[in-house]
Amino acid sequence: MLKNEYRGVWTIGEVRNGEISSVSYELLAWGKKLAEKLKVELSSVILGSDIQGELNELFHFGADVVYVVDDENLEHFLPDVHSRIYEALVKEYKPEIIIASATTYGRTIMPMLAAKLGTGLTADCTKLDVDVKERILLQTRPAIGGNVMATIKTPNHRPQMATVRPHAQKALVKDEKKDGKIILKNYPSEFYKSKYRWVSFERDKSVDSPIQESDVVISGGKGLKDGKNFKMLYDLAKKLNGAVGASRAAVDMGWIPYSHQVGLSGKTLSPRFYMAVGISGAVQHIAGMSSSEVIVAINKDPDAAIFKVADFGIVGDALEILPVLIKKLSDEVNEND
Amino acid sequence: MRIAVLVKEVPATDKVKMDEKTGTMIRSGMESELNPLDMYAVEEAVRIKEKFENVHVVAISMGPPQAVNSLKEAISMGCDDGYLMSDKNFAGSDTLATAYALSAAIQKLGNFDLIFTGERATDGETGQVGPSVATQLGIPVVTYVSKIEKISDEFVRVCRSIEGGKETVEVELPALLSVVKEINEPRIPNLAGKIASKSKKVPLLTANDIEVILDKVGLSGSPTRVVKVFYPKLSRDGKIIKVRDLESAVNELVEFMKQKGVI
Ligand SMILES: Cc1cc2nc3c(=O)[nH]c(=O)nc-3n(C[C@H](O)[C@H](O)[C@H](O)COP(=O)(O)OP(=O)(O)OC[C@H]3O[C@@H](n4cnc5c(N)ncnc54)[C@H](O)[C@@H]3O)c2cc1C
Ligand SMILES: Nc1ncnc2c1ncn2[C@@H]1O[C@H](COP(=O)(O)O)[C@@H](O)[C@H]1O
Repeated sequence: MLKNEYRGVWTIGEVRNGEISSVSYELLAWGKKLAEKLKVELSSVILGSDIQGELNELFHFGADVVYVVDDENLEHFLPDVHSRIYEALVKEYKPEIIIASATTYGRTIMPMLAAKLGTGLTADCTKLDVDVKERILLQTRPAIGGNVMATIKTPNHRPQMATVRPHAQKALVKDEKKDGKIILKNYPSEFYKSKYRWVSFERDKSVDSPIQESDVVISGGKGLKDGKNFKMLYDLAKKLNGAVGASRAAVDMGWIPYSHQVGLSGKTLSPRFYMAVGISGAVQHIAGMSSSEVIVAINKDPDAAIFKVADFGIVGDALEILPVLIKKLSDEVNEND
Repeated sequence: MRIAVLVKEVPATDKVKMDEKTGTMIRSGMESELNPLDMYAVEEAVRIKEKFENVHVVAISMGPPQAVNSLKEAISMGCDDGYLMSDKNFAGSDTLATAYALSAAIQKLGNFDLIFTGERATDGETGQVGPSVATQLGIPVVTYVSKIEKISDEFVRVCRSIEGGKETVEVELPALLSVVKEINEPRIPNLAGKIASKSKKVPLLTANDIEVILDKVGLSGSPTRVVKVFYPKLSRDGKIIKVRDLESAVNELVEFMKQKGVI
């Protein structure tokens, strides 16, 4: 393999319901730092059907080049079709680095693509850097429930591939003057032959906003005493534009569906703000949230392990604190209006 | 119908140590268990066996000799056979090399209609092995499967649990499904299962047995390298206050949230 043939940083954009989703912009923030250091172009790759919204936005948020494949057969995620197209794009344009978000999409398509290309892939990174001289991507990720961090590299294979935690990084400040180049690609019909048939999508009514997609997550545990009390967490989350998470104990009690579970056997998150209410802080729970930017805990037990990972904690009864907090936030919002 | 379930033995979650020099996990002398998330894969396979006739379920694991225990556990839950791929040539495999070796074993054991994996292993936590195995075998993969709606000879219809809801897709067989915890409630092995697993022989498969290219397994077959391993400081030494009067405690929290830009 001629490593030097490979140049440039690619980010795998995501399209949902025809619209470019926010992770696509976050990825550009991750990619920008690397592309600047390596002095190469930063690209976004977008696959979809009848893609709405402004491709120009991708330039405004950092992309120099946008590769677009827009075809009616790309309306739904058919993994064989998507991976075939990415493979063709990579073989033609030869990027040295490809990063995707560790969403269900990224975590499916990236290992498929890495297997096709026979290269390395590092999952769920919380930090990326590069060794400029060697042009090697340094990928740092937690493993074993956040107990260990490892820095991983792919020294001899190209491209170097990584998925990164969604929402661990903000998009760049928008620059409306920034422009770029769109490369529109078409592929012949045999590229769209699939072993999958998409049937339907049913929105989860219990979640306004999925926890993996939120900057703010308010989680409840067994300390809430009753499923009814989750209503308060929803109220609070709504005021903060956030989503509601839960400990496994709360899920096991049937207070909230499994899709809300945070932790080792649930979702692993890095939101900008995480609040744990009535959660003891078992290692398996901490595994899913310890890399959050800011952590607040409310627990009536002063020795609860959750306080160790908290930036701010209140020792007290959550059932008394929550109503006061919600009221206070309502007042704040009214004042600001 | 033949079903394979890929299971991994992992360190018991709360006691894991790493060797800082080599960047590998210290596995000896540590308690191990069947990856908790793989139990859902085993359970789902066994449920299919119980529902249809002529279903044979084979559990396959790659790991050190002691991983035979996890295969025995899978057998005690209802798998018919277990195979352990153990060979020093496999040591140091990353997800690409692991998936290559597993796909070679799957091909060797032959003719599977369905392959199940867990969502991810609780040690490496990549979730990459399933999609990579499927791709290396040239078969489709469906990830995050939370329900199997229908199985026929040619295809399977499943629900995927993804951001914001449930997606239903159909896929041709053979296919690999990686399942999430939502899919079922794994059984606790009963006495008969435990007895069956005791007497069952778990054949060992070496690199030679599964006819792998040696350069594609182990460290030499792994594109990735661990450069550095460190233990992050999880504790944050945050400010912890006791509630004396509710109003002022909440005020202090709100101030903190403002300062952090949450409000
Ligand atoms: C293999 C495995 C995987 C697991 N995966 C996960 C996972 O993904 N996610 C997860 O969360 N757990 C997981 N667990 C379970 C984990 O070990 C804990 O059992 C669980 O996190 C406990 O949930 P909890 O904190 O809500 O409940 P508890 O541990 O019962 O804690 C409740 C807390 O609420 C406090 N409290 C009680 N009343 C009040 C009140 N009125 N006001 C304020 N505080 C109050 C108590 O002081 C206590 O600290 C896993 C376990 C295993 C073995
Ligand atoms: N060494 C292994 N032997 C058998 N199955 C494995 C192995 N490693 C991973 N798997 C399977 O692949 C899934 C994902 O693992 P991982 O990609 O390591 O998170 C696991 O839940 C297992 O089903």
